[in-house]
Amino acid sequence: MSSPEGHSAPDPAPAAAAVPDPAEPTLIVSNMDITYKVRGQDRLALRDVSFSIGRGESYGLVGESGSGKSTAALALVRYLPRNGRVSGGTIRINGQDPLAMGTAALRDLRSHTVSMVYQEPGRALNPSIRVGRQIAEVFEIEGESSGAAMASAEEMLRKVQISDPARVMGRYPHELSGGMAQRAVIAMALAKSPSLLILDEPTTALDATVEAEVLDLVAALRQEFRTSILFISHNLAVIAKMCDRVGVLYAGELVEQGPARQVFDDPRHPYTVGLLRCIPRRGQRKDRDRLDTIPGFLPAPGYAMTGCIFAPRCGLAQDRCRSESPPFFDVGDLRAARCFFHDQAPDLPRATPSSAPALATDGLGGPLVVVEKLAKTFPGGVQALAGVDLMVHRGETLGLVGESGSGKTTLARVLLGLTAPDQGSVVTLEGKPLNPDARRRPREILRALQIVFQNPDSALNRRHTVRSLISRPLTRLAGLSGTALRDRLAELITSVRLEDRHLALRPYQLSGGLKQRVAIARAFGARPDVVVCDEPTSALDVSVQAAILNLLADLQQQEHATYLFISHDLGLVRYLSDRIVVLYLGRVMEVGPAETVFAGPHHPYTEALFSAVPSLDLEHPDRIKLTGEIPSAADPPTGCVFHTRCPRRLSTGVCESTEPPLLEEEPGHLIRCHIPITELRQLQLNEPAPSQGGSA
Amino acid sequence: MSDTGGPPSPSADPLGALGTQTVAIAVEAPTQRVAPAAWRLLLRRPTFLVGAGILLFWIVCAIFGRSFAPYDPLAQQLLASNQASSAAHWFGTDPLGRDVLSRVIVGARTILIITPLATILGTILGTALGLAMGYLGGWFDTVASRIVEAILALPFVIIAFLFAVAVGPSVPAITVIIGLVFTPLIARTVRAAVLAERSLDYVPAARLLGERPARVMFGEILPNVMPAILVEFTVRLAYAVFGVATLSFLGFGIQPPTPDWGADVAANYTGLLAGYWWQTLFPALAIASLVVAITLITDSIEQVLAS
Repeated sequence: MSSPEGHSAPDPAPAAAAVPDPAEPTLIVSNMDITYKVRGQDRLALRDVSFSIGRGESYGLVGESGSGKSTAALALVRYLPRNGRVSGGTIRINGQDPLAMGTAALRDLRSHTVSMVYQEPGRALNPSIRVGRQIAEVFEIEGESSGAAMASAEEMLRKVQISDPARVMGRYPHELSGGMAQRAVIAMALAKSPSLLILDEPTTALDATVEAEVLDLVAALRQEFRTSILFISHNLAVIAKMCDRVGVLYAGELVEQGPARQVFDDPRHPYTVGLLRCIPRRGQRKDRDRLDTIPGFLPAPGYAMTGCIFAPRCGLAQDRCRSESPPFFDVGDLRAARCFFHDQAPDLPRATPSSAPALATDGLGGPLVVVEKLAKTFPGGVQALAGVDLMVHRGETLGLVGESGSGKTTLARVLLGLTAPDQGSVVTLEGKPLNPDARRRPREILRALQIVFQNPDSALNRRHTVRSLISRPLTRLAGLSGTALRDRLAELITSVRLEDRHLALRPYQLSGGLKQRVAIARAFGARPDVVVCDEPTSALDVSVQAAILNLLADLQQQEHATYLFISHDLGLVRYLSDRIVVLYLGRVMEVGPAETVFAGPHHPYTEALFSAVPSLDLEHPDRIKLTGEIPSAADPPTGCVFHTRCPRRLSTGVCESTEPPLLEEEPGHLIRCHIPITELRQLQLNEPAPSQGGSA
Repeated sequence: MSDTGGPPSPSADPLGALGTQTVAIAVEAPTQRVAPAAWRLLLRRPTFLVGAGILLFWIVCAIFGRSFAPYDPLAQQLLASNQASSAAHWFGTDPLGRDVLSRVIVGARTILIITPLATILGTILGTALGLAMGYLGGWFDTVASRIVEAILALPFVIIAFLFAVAVGPSVPAITVIIGLVFTPLIARTVRAAVLAERSLDYVPAARLLGERPARVMFGEILPNVMPAILVEFTVRLAYAVFGVATLSFLGFGIQPPTPDWGADVAANYTGLLAGYWWQTLFPALAIASLVVAITLITDSIEQVLAS
């Protein structure tokens, strides 16, 4: 079915038939242009986009923010905002043209033919109507009686693997967890048996293990319903896992498309090549490698440009690329790339040298931060941290891994003095206990501990200039003034690769990546000993993320800083961390050197986490899957807190009754599990898919 | 169906997506200056221009009114009392034969002095209180919030009236009274804005740089809540006009014979029964036009800040 669309996609004959022809693709988009009118000016947001999705096929649109992928999806059902319109090309859904539809036909298309699922399930559900009722309404619109509709709704919830559908039917959306709510939304989307299901970043807001479940669910339902899927995501690994074919969108243009596996394994457009090189891959480490980056910036939307849209950022660009717009070239294997030099694309010169600057690493230093019996109970009995012991060595990067609610951010805030721990907790820096309140800490301690927050928009005061934002730690904590201040400021902006002209700007005038550089400069201003990096790149695009990770790695070598690196992205943690701590429900489940933890044997939770995260590297063919929700931290399970979801739970009952100790199984590698490490190794190496309570 | 209030299928969501989409498109331009842009947007709004025009007219009256008013606003012509509008007296005359037009023009002065001063006083005190409540929190916030609520439970004119009775009428007294009455109202608005800001990471970031609470409140948070304060200021300005006029009407504001709109309405409204409507209508219209002008300006500022 999947045929490569050239720049001149076949113009389908408009079929008036209500019953779709099974041989015809569900969706055909040909040469679509979308224009937004912004302040009286037309800006082309999407240019000459053509793709088609066959019956039962899953097509992925991947691109960074601002590439126009959501705009494309909205246009399909005419949901563009009032200032946007399809200004060229055609759309056919089941042979019909949504652009030519009247109100009734359009409503029919939206209610029967196309379903959409968005990133935030909470916003797709009506908060004041019970979940069952909301799903049943869709069946009623399809013509069922209200009684039958309720029965169908329950059946549908069962199909999306909600274990107790009757009870969930009676709940309000806010009573569901994120994963449950997204399943309910998917149930609703599939209730009308749509021809086309549009999934716009459906798992971006979910935790890794929950994301894995939802993705598996979508894959299974696709088999059952034979629905065509348009899957939109910024996450290349998710697209690779979920889609048959993929289109790579850059600045409103489709630059490459073809079968997902081939595109990701052997990309032929320089942008795709660059994007894939930005992602840390297995085997890359900060002490050996630097990630490649894509130089320059995404052009502003509607920026009129002659020649190839990627040329200004492309290492292969020749004069021809700047004057002539490349058509799609057939590059074999049903693939097409919009590049004159598609045969050279795999040899795209690197924008950043691959090797890390050589530096005599003097190994790990002594303990710098020591945390003992750290507990934090929030009002309402929520135990964010329960008896955490850990040590951060001087000069290392300690990766902190865990899902939401695992306590990783609370741990960082306690260390920084932003959250006071419970009585009896011990937090020391170089052997000296830290005051629990940052406001009472001496300047020297404040200097020693700094943070790079997740979201620079929130972390940088938007009313201050970059100069005052970066100067503040220099005057407050380093006590600099006059020439010394000016010199250090100049040195600092050079080291985070900002330019002098940025100093006079305010945060809203900078791109996301530049903002995060300002935040990093502020954190490093007074030469801290420990820098907490709390998901520092999760608000950034992939190509920007690579540059920030390189910067963090370089700065660490220059400044001999110690990092506490918090991330849900295991690829990043693996690239940057020397040691890893895995947290679950406020408890340390596993600690060890990064390579050891990744190599295994690991704690069953770590194992589940690793297998849940989709990766571009073909690996873990046998995945262990978690089921069930993350338990509430206000009422943690007895015994081992992970036993409720553990696929390797022992049948002896010891997991339910006794909390296992954190034992050093190998030098420096501690695991909190009743299963001995030798047995874990056996299980994880040999046994493909364990059933619950299988061993011992 | 979904757009006609039918089942909340996922397709009901794009509103949110649309919002972000438009914003993303609009904000992408790498450099833009916001403050001058806001001015330009403001000057392009007809509502703002009309409001500003009316306000400017009254400001000119307040400053230069005595020099261009056709008559001395205090000059009594008992032989020409209670005259309807004519070529000589456009707005007619009052029971003492004073020219109503001249009194309306000159009467702009007191109200245009008292209202901004009172509102500025209330805004400064309210902002300080609101910042402290929102940023410090804890018992201070709890106690202050309860007091604010208690004051809010009463109409502000009543409270101002009580103070005025206690202190006695005078221009400084009214100014301070209205300023003090506004303080809790403005504090409540500022507190809410501060709470929203306090949840942003730049506040803990400032704490980690060892900034003192005063610097965090005034140097970090205050600039970000200024738009909310500006809107609240203009809203209060309109209420202050209303408040001053009401106090004058009740006899606790500007004392006769000083020309004042509220006092003139109070002095002459009994004449309505005798058909002398011009004596009440024109001062009342003056009050209304000033309130409307300020409200128009407030609305435009609010819309420009929101866009």
